[in-house]
Amino acid sequence: MDHQTAPAPLLDVRDLRTWFHTFSGTVKAVDGVSFTLAPGEVMGLVGESGGGKSVVGFSLLGLIDPPGRIEGGEILLDGEDIARASEERLRRIRGREIAMIFQDPMTSLNPVQTVGAQMDEMLRLHTDLDEAARKARCIAMLESVGISRAAERLKAYPHQFSGGMRQRVVIAIALLAAPRLIVADEPTTALDVTIQSQILRLMRRRIAQTGAAMILVTHDLAVVSEMVDKIVVLYCGKVVETGPAREVIADPSHPYTRGLVDSIPNPRDRKPRLAQIPGAVPDIRNLPSGCSFRPRCPRAQAKCAEVAPALAPTRGTLSAACHFPIVEEIAMTGGERA
Amino acid sequence: MLAYAIKRLVQMAIVLWAVSVIVFLMMSFTGDPVFMVIPIDSTDAEIEQARRILGLDRSMPEQYWLFLQNLVQGDFGRSYVFRQPAMDLILERLPATLEIVVVAMLIAAVVAIPLGVYAGANPGKPLSRLIMSGSLVGISLPGFWVGMMLIFLFAVEWRLLPSSGRGDTVEVLGIETSLLTWDGWTHVVLPSVTLSLGTLAIILRITRAGMMEVMRQDYIKFARAKGASRKDVLYGHGLRNALIPVVTIFGLQIGDLIAFATITETIFAWPGMGKLLVDSIYRADRPVIVVYLMLVALIFVVINLVVDLVYTAIDPRITVK
Repeated sequence: MDHQTAPAPLLDVRDLRTWFHTFSGTVKAVDGVSFTLAPGEVMGLVGESGGGKSVVGFSLLGLIDPPGRIEGGEILLDGEDIARASEERLRRIRGREIAMIFQDPMTSLNPVQTVGAQMDEMLRLHTDLDEAARKARCIAMLESVGISRAAERLKAYPHQFSGGMRQRVVIAIALLAAPRLIVADEPTTALDVTIQSQILRLMRRRIAQTGAAMILVTHDLAVVSEMVDKIVVLYCGKVVETGPAREVIADPSHPYTRGLVDSIPNPRDRKPRLAQIPGAVPDIRNLPSGCSFRPRCPRAQAKCAEVAPALAPTRGTLSAACHFPIVEEIAMTGGERA
Repeated sequence: MLAYAIKRLVQMAIVLWAVSVIVFLMMSFTGDPVFMVIPIDSTDAEIEQARRILGLDRSMPEQYWLFLQNLVQGDFGRSYVFRQPAMDLILERLPATLEIVVVAMLIAAVVAIPLGVYAGANPGKPLSRLIMSGSLVGISLPGFWVGMMLIFLFAVEWRLLPSSGRGDTVEVLGIETSLLTWDGWTHVVLPSVTLSLGTLAIILRITRAGMMEVMRQDYIKFARAKGASRKDVLYGHGLRNALIPVVTIFGLQIGDLIAFATITETIFAWPGMGKLLVDSIYRADRPVIVVYLMLVALIFVVINLVVDLVYTAIDPRITVK
């Protein structure tokens, strides 16, 4: 993709740094993350737990609470830097421009308000519709996410819905004010496996219909592979690899991404053990020198301990932050790509 | 719902019966009441006669059975001191007590809940710390001392408010009230404030604790992600979820306040039933004490019922069974 011919980005995040100042030191949860998102584009934000994915999502909405703070960088929404926007401006952006879908539908709805009231609130905040029109819009939206008898269900409370149904309600609320960007933070992680693909398909279909862009935050590469246009891989608060979804998954150039891809179970692969990345994510307050992934990296060399690698084009359309990227066009898992 | 109502009524009856047993036993340990009703120079024969008339010569179970029968019929006997039905005496004083209790509860709720919400939603801010330190003072200060200080400052030093009595009252539906006259209000303020302080501090702390817990919940962040204002997030989404323990304590405090009103009424010479109780205890005026105790027990069980019903109104997940 050539930047000259690409459409003007809806979202342009530049060198975003969101840090948390805790008693035991500064946690650089997001440390110099950049990416762009075109209107209608779907992006996967991928990494292990503690990689800073959710913090990126909350930063976009200005929902970072003390001791956390956006220390630097820009979040340009249509060219407007919302990282420095006032709370009042942010309130008009939240829900209307950028909506968020949370991880756990069991806890993201208010237990003491009806579903109808929680949906209505979104429309009250962001539209001038009268009560009847708002109700009609809520009913139509609930039906569009696959909830039957919607008019009745508006009067129900969240505890009267199953987990999958609640996530449908959350998705309906997020879509109500027709936002241009949806941040979905692990939207299927808390659901039964059987429900996961239903919800993902629903999200893909509904979001394609509305033409909104989406950032899908997940630790599950298998989830993103079927949904997203491009992937940004985070490790310890930094982007380690980015590129079109197909390439990143088929043939990643960063050893970390390689490890993530190899740890997706593959039914055609009859290996007795699933590949895994050795070690664990390091304590983010006490990162290793040079490249953060070095202690777990099979390709690490002396240079990796000295200089932190910058994000640079590696092969084809991929960029990675690695001194020794996988440039050969071979897949470690071998013949399955033939 | 009907089954629930019947169940609760039966429970209430059992509780009140148990209280009647305890009250009866307690009373029978407090000395021989016959000496309260006879002239000081009575002969032994006169004493025996009085004892027979009062039924004190019968066995304890017999006496209790009589006591219970009369209780059920609403007959609590006559005050030994005032020579009129004890129930009438208490009911005459009840409105005065309820007045300062209700005003105290309102002061506590109106002041404590917003402060608690603020302190819970902004922990660590200097104002929150100030509020919390203030609430500790409120819990620690004894009511009688606060009452005396208020009298000293507002009545003696600054001469702004009266120090005692009930002021002008107006009769509404047969009940005397001070809350409809300006003079009445000037008399209500100090006792009510004195009475409210402890409750105010406790409700504030409970509200704060609840809000701190609620503010961590995902639905609060989700409400913020919708673009809701701070006020809507705190009061629309937060407070109602934090309210269950607040309502519980509030209910218990009403009972407490009626009991504590005894001290406050004594300090401010407020003619409520607390003051009547203290006077009756000094004079060993048993029937009045019995009515007071039974009435307070009744108020407690009714408040408990109301609190349980309020739970179901606050939280749809709670239903009555």
